[in-house]
Amino acid sequence: MSTTAIANPIPTPARPAPITLVGPIGWMRANLFAGWVSSLVSLLLLFLIVKWALGFIEWGVINAVWSVPNNQTQACRDLRGTGACWAVITEKHRFILFGTYPYEEQWRAFAAILIFIALFIVSALRRFWRKELLLVWVAALGSIGVLMWGGVLGLAYVPQERWGGLVITLILATFGLAFAFPLAILVALGRRSRLPAIKALCVIYVELIRGVPLISLLFMASVMFPLFLPEGMNIDKLLRAQIAIILFAGAYLAEVVRGGLQALSRGQYEAADALGLSYWKKTGFIVLPQALRLVIPPLVNTFIGFFKDTSLVLIIGIFDLLTAGKTAIIEPAWQGFGIEVYLTVGFIYFCFCFAMSRYSQNLEAELNRHRVR
Amino acid sequence: MLAFGQIFSRALRALALLGTVALPALAPGAAQAQQAPANTLDAIRARGALVCGVNTGLAGFAQPDSQGVWRGFDIDYCRSVAAAIFGDASKVRYVPTTAQSRFTALQSGEVDVLFRNTTWTLSRDTSLGLDFPAVNFYDGQGFMVKKSAGVNSALELNGATICVQPGTTTEQNLTDWARANNIRFTPVVIERLEEVVAAYVAGRCDAYTTDASGLAATRSAQPTPADHVILPEVISKEPLGPAVRQGDARFADIVRWSHFAMLVAEELNITAANAAQALASDQRPEALRLLGKTGDLGKMLGLDNAWALNIIKAVGNYGEVFARHLTPIGLQRARSPNAMYTQGGLQYAPPFR
Repeated sequence: MSTTAIANPIPTPARPAPITLVGPIGWMRANLFAGWVSSLVSLLLLFLIVKWALGFIEWGVINAVWSVPNNQTQACRDLRGTGACWAVITEKHRFILFGTYPYEEQWRAFAAILIFIALFIVSALRRFWRKELLLVWVAALGSIGVLMWGGVLGLAYVPQERWGGLVITLILATFGLAFAFPLAILVALGRRSRLPAIKALCVIYVELIRGVPLISLLFMASVMFPLFLPEGMNIDKLLRAQIAIILFAGAYLAEVVRGGLQALSRGQYEAADALGLSYWKKTGFIVLPQALRLVIPPLVNTFIGFFKDTSLVLIIGIFDLLTAGKTAIIEPAWQGFGIEVYLTVGFIYFCFCFAMSRYSQNLEAELNRHRVR
Repeated sequence: MLAFGQIFSRALRALALLGTVALPALAPGAAQAQQAPANTLDAIRARGALVCGVNTGLAGFAQPDSQGVWRGFDIDYCRSVAAAIFGDASKVRYVPTTAQSRFTALQSGEVDVLFRNTTWTLSRDTSLGLDFPAVNFYDGQGFMVKKSAGVNSALELNGATICVQPGTTTEQNLTDWARANNIRFTPVVIERLEEVVAAYVAGRCDAYTTDASGLAATRSAQPTPADHVILPEVISKEPLGPAVRQGDARFADIVRWSHFAMLVAEELNITAANAAQALASDQRPEALRLLGKTGDLGKMLGLDNAWALNIIKAVGNYGEVFARHLTPIGLQRARSPNAMYTQGGLQYAPPFR
């Protein structure tokens, strides 16, 4: 080995590619300035983006008013639209986040939001995926209930109609999906069942619920349902809306899950049968793990959709995040600053939905790693 | 688990109850045992709070402030009824209701009383099973135009573009009025308040129409309110007042006379500030009866004799409540139907005797 090495000339290190072909410059040449048409379009778009970005910074940062004393919004009104009035957020942020929850007790609602976020993060990490996670959920949701309702441990009782803001959105979305998902799996399995009664029941449920808009279900829950109850008997308004959302989400998720069940090759079912597995073992160990993995993208799509659909509860007078934002700008002093409030509320929704979307991409890549060869 | 257990036990109870309603033959005893007391006052006393259905947010009438505390004209009325019943105006639970859900909330017993700028109409009074004990605010649909347009009367709006919100009776009133007066107009129908106002301000329409209370609030929120004029014509009658369930005359009386107590207090110049002093020194017979020093007016209502005194101490008289919530949003009381009858208005209370 060593003799041949001496005999050979010292290899010259490869010269780097011309700077115009690699790196950012090369990428730009290839993608943005490939020809004169493409260059022209790129320059035009660049100009517009910079112009709008500068305009937004000027409106949102440079000319913005960040706070005003005592609801005197004249300073904001004098801007006449040239600058943002973030003072409305400074003044109303606690109302937007917590609604009419008692002001001194709002730390409880804040703690509930933190528990929700922590719960999401813990559930997202694969290393925590074990049976104990169920206990963690029960404990977390229980402590959220204790925090929100109070009445024990020296916490003052807060009736449900005073809850509001982001907490309501998180409660409706989390409980909604946590209950709708198992329901959806059962319905999807039922729809493919060979037992005619179960199959018919599941088909009717899915088609009935999918056939009406969520708004009409919420109306049923809030306007029609109470009339069927005896006088003086009331079910919590939030609970009625929650059940409507669970039923609605359940029907949609069931169809998504059914898509996964059908995508699975027949051989998998037959192989499980050949091994002599019972129906539940076949479903739990063979069918569902594969089927659910296939439908991660549409599942998350539905999740994200439902997270935002919870804002429809505004039509039955529940103060979720969006409704609280809208209500905040009803006060005459703050009328006309809707853009600022909607941007803020939109940003909060975006944070949650974008996190879900990114997480599902990672999850999909990780769970489908065996397919990438 | 406790909280969710509660939810579920309530849900199960509800299901069980549904069953008892559907199958009364199977469980007659259970259905009867669950009958709520028909007497609203007893139910309120047992609960320890008045449940008041309010608007989800309307400037001046009912809106939560930055700290989440409900404030407004309707809210003070809720407080007045609570003060009359409990002597404590804070014993109220506010349930926000939308235009669609308000009557169900009342009929199903979710709320005891609606103070939710509800117009008293014949059909609501009869077929919906409601009672309207009083009218605490006379509203009516009007028009707002820009001062620069030089319009002085709604009758000059022929050919104009008019911004209006859909859904409620506002649009219908506008069409009826235009037909009756042979006026042609182009409607610009926009759902959201914020957008409809923006369209009017931007000049997409010459006039904006809604209830006078809404016009005043919108005008006062403009950078220079003086640039906008509310035209003198009022094209509809909107008597707003509380609504209660039909069939409980006693509770309707309490709501009605709570309103009248505030009117009489204004007549007698008794305010929240001077109520205690009036109690000590006022010798006018009606004041003595109102404040509960003579007579048994409170007992006759099924309340404490200091009921009216408690109302006045908690929220003040009608004029004070109006000045506190409706004057700031730009509503004029003088020369409006909401003035006292002695000033040419419609607010008139029967005698306290």
